[in-house]
Amino acid sequence: MAAMNEIILVSLILIPLIAAIVAMGFPKDNPRPVWYFAIAVSAVTCILSVIAFVGYDYTEGGYQFTRTYDWIGDPVNISLALGIDGIAAPLVLLNGIVLLGAVLISQTIIHRSRDFFVLLLALGSGVFGVFAVQDLFFLFFFYELAVLPMYLLIGVWGSSTDFGTFLRTKEYGAMKLMLVLVGGSVLIWVGILALYAQSANVGSPTFNMIELGELAKAGAFSHEFQRWVFPLFMIGFGILAGLWPFHTWSPDGHVAAPTGVSMLHAGVLMKLGAFGIIRVGVILLPEGASAWMPILIILGTVNVVYGAISAISQHDLKYVIGYSSVSHMGYVIMGIATLHPVGVTGAVLQMFSHGIMTALMFAMVGSIYERTHIRDTNVLNGLIKRMGTASCFFAIAGLASLGLPGLSGFIAEFMVFVGVFRTYLPLAILAVIGAAITAVYMLRLLAKTFFGEADPRWDNLPDSSPLEKAVGAVFVAILIVVGVWPAPLVRVINIGVDSVLQGL
Amino acid sequence: MSGLTANIYLLTPEFILAGLALLVLAVDLFLPDGKKSILPIICISGLVSVGLVSMIMLPGVNISLYGGILAVDAFSLFFKIVFLLIGIFIILSSAQYIKQHLSHQGEFYGLLLFSVLGMNIMVQSRELLTAYIALELLSFSLYVMVAYSLSNAKSNEAGLKYIIVGAFSSAVLLYGLSMLYSATGVTKFVDIGMILSGTSELSPALWVGVALIFVGLGFKLSIVPFHMWAPDTYEGAPLPVTAYLAIASKTAAFALVLRFVCEGLIVAESLWQEWQMIFAVLAAVSMLVGNLVALAQTNMKRLMAYSSIGHIGYILAGVTVLSTDSLVAANSVSFYLVGYAVTNMVVFAAIIAFFNSTGDDDISSLRGLADSQPLLAASIAIGLFSLAGLPIFAGFTVKFYLFAAVASSGFLWLAGGAIIASLISLYYYLQIIRQMYIEGSDNSAHVSSDDGHGVISPSGTISLPRTSFSTTLVLGVGLIVVIWLGVYPGPLLEIIECASEALMGTR
Repeated sequence: MAAMNEIILVSLILIPLIAAIVAMGFPKDNPRPVWYFAIAVSAVTCILSVIAFVGYDYTEGGYQFTRTYDWIGDPVNISLALGIDGIAAPLVLLNGIVLLGAVLISQTIIHRSRDFFVLLLALGSGVFGVFAVQDLFFLFFFYELAVLPMYLLIGVWGSSTDFGTFLRTKEYGAMKLMLVLVGGSVLIWVGILALYAQSANVGSPTFNMIELGELAKAGAFSHEFQRWVFPLFMIGFGILAGLWPFHTWSPDGHVAAPTGVSMLHAGVLMKLGAFGIIRVGVILLPEGASAWMPILIILGTVNVVYGAISAISQHDLKYVIGYSSVSHMGYVIMGIATLHPVGVTGAVLQMFSHGIMTALMFAMVGSIYERTHIRDTNVLNGLIKRMGTASCFFAIAGLASLGLPGLSGFIAEFMVFVGVFRTYLPLAILAVIGAAITAVYMLRLLAKTFFGEADPRWDNLPDSSPLEKAVGAVFVAILIVVGVWPAPLVRVINIGVDSVLQGL
Repeated sequence: MSGLTANIYLLTPEFILAGLALLVLAVDLFLPDGKKSILPIICISGLVSVGLVSMIMLPGVNISLYGGILAVDAFSLFFKIVFLLIGIFIILSSAQYIKQHLSHQGEFYGLLLFSVLGMNIMVQSRELLTAYIALELLSFSLYVMVAYSLSNAKSNEAGLKYIIVGAFSSAVLLYGLSMLYSATGVTKFVDIGMILSGTSELSPALWVGVALIFVGLGFKLSIVPFHMWAPDTYEGAPLPVTAYLAIASKTAAFALVLRFVCEGLIVAESLWQEWQMIFAVLAAVSMLVGNLVALAQTNMKRLMAYSSIGHIGYILAGVTVLSTDSLVAANSVSFYLVGYAVTNMVVFAAIIAFFNSTGDDDISSLRGLADSQPLLAASIAIGLFSLAGLPIFAGFTVKFYLFAAVASSGFLWLAGGAIIASLISLYYYLQIIRQMYIEGSDNSAHVSSDDGHGVISPSGTISLPRTSFSTTLVLGVGLIVVIWLGVYPGPLLEIIECASEALMGTR
């Protein structure tokens, strides 16, 4: 077991990456073998991520499964330092689950399926990497690796949306997403170099986040320095987290992406941004964080309200979920910005809960779109008659997203609200209003599209495939389990959050 | 100076190279037209043996010949090997192109070998006039090679432009040399360094001299604002020559700049601090202008020209932060040069192969390449991603290393500008990738009928001939190196570290 602990994180990163290279050798014309291969690989990483999460000792806390591999020696000093804390552990689990779900759902990818799974596995490896590394160089390396495949994944296998008066092409969505996200990583890169330069100034140049954290505690980063570097990370990572006003790539990107990619992107990738704000911003630049959090929480509140209001006026199923994601990431941002133990714990729990919930919604919408080739809620009516399971699962996810007690969303949002109530009362009221608006669009959607009067035009609609139902069922089960018994997650997250906030 | 011929055996690789060039020219005279394909084989085996001889004879040697005019050290050995590999690559990837599109193959290979010789001497020279002569040997070979496509008006135009600008910049450089000599009475880099570090106030003649030298080198390196010749020359030159210009001549010129700056300038610390600012501004302007103008290009060669101007800007940023107390900057420049060279090799090899089968080098003609020629498309895509600085490719590692060096030397703003410039470059690289992968090969597939190698099948998709063995070999090796440098550059960095130590230690 000890040997297992040593290599578990590095295998989580390397297995999908090596598998991506191996997958290049699969036959080009037959889509099935490479799909089976991808399932096998993602099943392995899923099991490993469960082992990592269960094996994380929450009584002890701190960074576990640590291991360091030297990479470049003097004079630059970069090493592949691995380790997860209580915040990263649930997110690693989340990625393991969603990656497997996304691969299973991608059964329908026939065209150039080999290339698709190569890119998808590379993306999965990048996400595991960001959650597991403790070195800024590799954090950025994997961050880019997770973002880079999106362009082709959306551009080649995505779908365009016809708005009647204009067309949002998949090329547009892909390019917008790529440039905005890489724009964000420009800021992150500058921030990382600034930290490195500052550490060189005090005589010990390093990219290692543990060492940088110690420097931060020792006061190597002046207040002024932190004040101007923190916003680089806040906005840079915030862009990926869908922070208003930099969120516009997200609905367009999610809508244009194929189902499996939407699941991963809304479910896991956006969490990288929020995770980065905590891991790099709050830990390494505590004074900067304290100074900027009032701004961040206002932006997060705008996210919640603005995202919800935008979702009301959408009548494309995927755009509704896209804006709803923006709104829900607002809770995550608000929770982090409270810098209050309950609020931050709620934010991390919301990342997990929203990841599962939104992946489930995209999976079910994908299943519907696959059969109807339409996502317009003005046309889709009464789907429950024909696609009972998919509609039911979507409804559960929708209820989780509006915070129904008994489902995971409730616990997470409740904790965020508690945190915000204790720190910024007026904003908490606005956030609750945002939650109410969520209820408006979600219930309206459920009432009309899923439970409304059946349109005869959908009489011959085939039901979802057993595979889609199985993936949906597992996700629903997770939502319910976390909703009624959140302790296993919360106690792990708590220990991580406490040690982060101690540094403040 | 009785020791003039004492260590002359250390120049064996150069003698072999010169002999090889003459041999190729001579053999060519006696070969019937059908047998010319033996020439590239002679060249490659010759270059390989020169490389082997250097590897056997020279490691560990650190000697200056002719009283400090030529340095035989780890730094020059490192770059010599790089140049030989570039030469081998160019020959491998372009043998078919040369056979199809150019006449007088023998002279082409001969000139190529002479230019490699020029580069080898350039990286060894520690004295201005020797460096100048080596540079001219390289330049004259290139003048002819650029204009090599006799029947092509663009190639002739490019050659004319290149020779006029080249001669002009050589004159500027030479004038600078003479000013410097008149002010100091020395031409060796080390002596210049000693005199400069002894003077606090720069005499006007010295100022003008150094400035003119850098203007001359600026033209050779196509640093903005001395870059205007580059796009036209790149576009008109035959593709292998474009590749050679973009890769080899830039690498060699930067190797020379490295030695000149490290031995001659940075020792004069107070003066160097003033000049750093000039370098920094030139670097920033180069990377921004190069990348911004590249956005508007529709021709692959012009795009690569502007892209290379952008990359020159990054490398110049690395030169800016060279200092006496750290090897990081010198490492980062050498490292970046290697990464840049390898990545460009992959891209150019794929473009040359594409041109061989279609006769077209517009970006729009790459449409649908991912379906018709997956290997070429993947190579171009990986190469461009690497140039844009995305992981897991060489470009990411070398950029990160270089920018970290720049940032930690107090030029964070320059590193920031470089990162923004890379973002801009990502856009036009993505446009090419989009043509190949996202735009289908459905409606406007077209193939020029010049050579009729591509055939439009009834369904409208292009079926291109298979890529040749040598191209596949170059691409395969190139891609492996690009990914290797991207994920595990440690061993190469250790070698570079030795080279940098030799470079800085000779002071």
